Amino acid sequence: MIVFDRVSKVYPDSSVALERVTLSIEPKEFISIVGPSGAGKTTLLKLFLAEEKPTDGAVYYESINIHTLGRKAIDAFRRKVGMVFQDFRLLPNKTVYENIAFTMEAANRSDEEIESDVPHVLELVNLTPKIWNFPRELSGGEKQRVAIARALVNEPDIIIADEPTGNLDPANTYDIVQILKKINDLGTTVILATHNKGIIDLLKRRVVAMERGRVVRDDKTGKYFV
Amino acid sequence: MSDKQMFWTKFKRILRTGFFNFWRDGTVTLASVLVMMVTLLVIGLISFSSAVLDTTLAELKNKIDINVTFVTSASEEDILDIKHTIESLPEVLLVTYISRDEALSLFKARHSSDQSILSALDELGENPLGAVLNIRARDPSQYASVAEFLESGNVLSSGGLTIIDRINYFQNKAAIDKLAKIIASADRLGVALALFFAAISVLIAFNTIRLTIYLARDEISVMRLVGASTAYIQGPFVVVGIIYGVVAGLLTLLLFLPLTYWLGATTENFFVGFNIFSYYLRHFLEIASIVLVSGVFIGALSSALAIRKYLKV
Repeated sequence: MIVFDRVSKVYPDSSVALERVTLSIEPKEFISIVGPSGAGKTTLLKLFLAEEKPTDGAVYYESINIHTLGRKAIDAFRRKVGMVFQDFRLLPNKTVYENIAFTMEAANRSDEEIESDVPHVLELVNLTPKIWNFPRELSGGEKQRVAIARALVNEPDIIIADEPTGNLDPANTYDIVQILKKINDLGTTVILATHNKGIIDLLKRRVVAMERGRVVRDDKTGKYFV
Repeated sequence: MSDKQMFWTKFKRILRTGFFNFWRDGTVTLASVLVMMVTLLVIGLISFSSAVLDTTLAELKNKIDINVTFVTSASEEDILDIKHTIESLPEVLLVTYISRDEALSLFKARHSSDQSILSALDELGENPLGAVLNIRARDPSQYASVAEFLESGNVLSSGGLTIIDRINYFQNKAAIDKLAKIIASADRLGVALALFFAAISVLIAFNTIRLTIYLARDEISVMRLVGASTAYIQGPFVVVGIIYGVVAGLLTLLLFLPLTYWLGATTENFFVGFNIFSYYLRHFLEIASIVLVSGVFIGALSSALAIRKYLKV
């Protein structure tokens, strides 16, 4: 279970990104965080990944305050979380295979596991023919599928997707959402930040709406209103 | 996997990633290696220049000797007596006797192109030169005591009168000391300049590597976010830095071959008997280790320092 407990974040330039946000996310839940740009969606995710520290309040994962963890514990925690970004953030000098293998190597997995799991996860996102290509040789949709494969390969407890479809056309957007749904059906918590109305209506899952750093609505099977 | 197995697996992965990154990042690699080469060239040339100055100083010291010129009336017997006495001194390495006739023919040979001197000599009718004893000491610092011994009047002829006309050590000594001082200050200036250029070129190399890592900052943050450990992120960059150093070092050493060969004849004429090419060949291992160790050190340290900033995510 993930708990944001009265979390505030004020950046050094005094801009308030989050204001006393309280939110809890159950295991295996699929939650969409919606809201206009600057609503605080990305800050919320960054706080969860310990990329940023809260100005006030605390973020708990399985009752542990994430921001009290040391370097090694943070690394270990992040290996339980898969991440997908709007701009894909693949490693440009590594092939598709190596991009995914890197995540497994970081988690100290053996060479044998890597050799068997990487092709498997690529099959899952339908990208087997591109296994030896470099990211620059892929389309946007393909890159995002590699990113999802990378996020999945360590069998994380949670997948965080920050505007994963922001750079994709409708067909690819649909594909990515279906993949995320499938991942969730297999028992992984999915946190999706987006401002794509179509996705939300398609999903029919819990929707948390944010505005100017606050949670303004929390719907169990929500629709996109903001 | 056991800890030991894991360590080797990680080590192998870091090496492999480092090699791949070096190879795949063509332009960045080329630029970094070239800049590093300039740095290593400077460092290499510094070791050459100090060798040149040291050798010149040593050669110069070798050129010091003492010529004892006798009055023309001194008998050969007396001179050989003195030669014998000097030879018995522990400081003395070698004493060469040059008779009056030999001195004359040497003088003529030296001035063979100067007709006025030769004709003046002819006009004189007799040999104006005295016999000479040329003395070489075992060590340049011992000339002073040898010269003092000769001055002190221990070597008088049987008649109680000195037969020594003059001893040239004291005149030469001033010139030699002065030259030695010039060389020493040139050496000091050289070292200061060398350190200055070395520092600048090391900074340039450092900054180039910093730029390459700056280019990879997004990658580094992604690695951080997938939970890679500090060592695992830093390792390949350090490996790349080391490869830059080794490759640039080898290319520099290779470049020194034609460079010193080309400079060889010039240096031989300019610095008494010092051929930079043969010096390079003779001291290859020494220079190669200086250049390679500097390269590896600069490469690894620059990478390790530059990446720290981006690891804070």
